[in-house]
Amino acid sequence: MVSLDQQTDLTRLFDLLSSVVDPEIPVLSLQDLGVLRDISVTDDVIEVTITPTYAGCPAMNTMQADIENKLAEAGYQQVTVRQSLSPAWTTDWMSENGREKLRRYGIAPPATSACGQQKSTIECPQCGSAEVKRISEFGSTACKALYQCKDCLEPFDYFKCI
Amino acid sequence: MNPPSTTALLDTPLLNYCIALGDDSLTLGHRLSEWCRNGPFLEEDLALTNVSLDFIGRARLFYSYAAKLEGKGRDEDDIAYLRDCREYRNFLINELPNGDFAVTMARQLIVDVYDMGFFSALTQSQDPTLAAIAAKAIKESRYHLRRSEEWIKRLGDGTEESHERAQNAFDQLWGYVPEMFEMSDVELQLVEAGMAVDRSALKANWESTMQLILKQATLDVPNENWAIGGGRDGIHTEHLGYLLAEMQFLQRTYPGQQW
Ligand SMILES: [Zn+2]
Repeated sequence: MVSLDQQTDLTRLFDLLSSVVDPEIPVLSLQDLGVLRDISVTDDVIEVTITPTYAGCPAMNTMQADIENKLAEAGYQQVTVRQSLSPAWTTDWMSENGREKLRRYGIAPPATSACGQQKSTIECPQCGSAEVKRISEFGSTACKALYQCKDCLEPFDYFKCI
Repeated sequence: MNPPSTTALLDTPLLNYCIALGDDSLTLGHRLSEWCRNGPFLEEDLALTNVSLDFIGRARLFYSYAAKLEGKGRDEDDIAYLRDCREYRNFLINELPNGDFAVTMARQLIVDVYDMGFFSALTQSQDPTLAAIAAKAIKESRYHLRRSEEWIKRLGDGTEESHERAQNAFDQLWGYVPEMFEMSDVELQLVEAGMAVDRSALKANWESTMQLILKQATLDVPNENWAIGGGRDGIHTEHLGYLLAEMQFLQRTYPGQQW
């Protein structure tokens, strides 16, 4: 049974954490990214569950610290951040809102779902052209590949499907 | 000595199993990290180090789980930094020096094809943590393989020199492959318990995939009849000592140092 107070608290906690962002793509919140999986309150202890994007993603430690700091600032002292591996994170969990934010930020959102279904085409985030070429399978971070637009010639990051 | 209880029988082998899988990932991850700022061009430098990070991340997951199973207060860093050569259990192929770019990519292809088979089988493990790590790893390996396969085709079907170097690379590495498919008795017990993967069963698939890729790359499947092993028993090449010396220096010199 979730008491009314806990319910109110949970909403407030989700609100608070909506301002915690990916340190490497600061336009995306952990919710947009699908990294924030759950928040639960047992007695006075808050447990936040996050899941790593990539096993070796160096941003995970920062995200964990940012969550703890954000909750501490709001007066919540007893916080545990738990990393869960299963089910494995997929770019399918990225919200529609998150995809749009990425595009405006200059990063092309993932074009296919994790099981390989085509969702959209890879389009240049600058001019919208679908005439693009891949320059490298790996970009500035593990989650991105490097592309170039054949029309406006701008190079851009593409958020890989995984 | 009393015979070990069933739990102990599974616990210690499972702990060692996790450490060995972590060692495979860490040694290869470290080797790849040595390419940082030495890559042939910027994008490739980034790619090599990104792949390195994936392997190091994998090692962390296996070591953390091992530390938890052991329950003696060691953590992932202790396992990585405070064990000597003979306690490392990785396959020898992972500790070999990078060689030229062809050797690095040939090894990567060998390992990536192996990892695809291994981790997809490990997702079926009765042990939920191993299955979860495998589900994570396989997604990354799919990406790794796409790249190593492309590179081998480019090198093999490229210039005379790149072809020759790629062929030499596979010839040099081929004798390190058999140990990847040899099972120990202890590991077979874990297989029977539904936790581990029977690696010997992966061999046929690995061979047919490699034959196909090498053929497309206009390379010959090496006709090597030597085989060297011992990694899972802690018997290593001399190269591992140098690798650990560099990797462990800081923690050995300033124990517990953080940054
Ligand atoms: Zn464009």
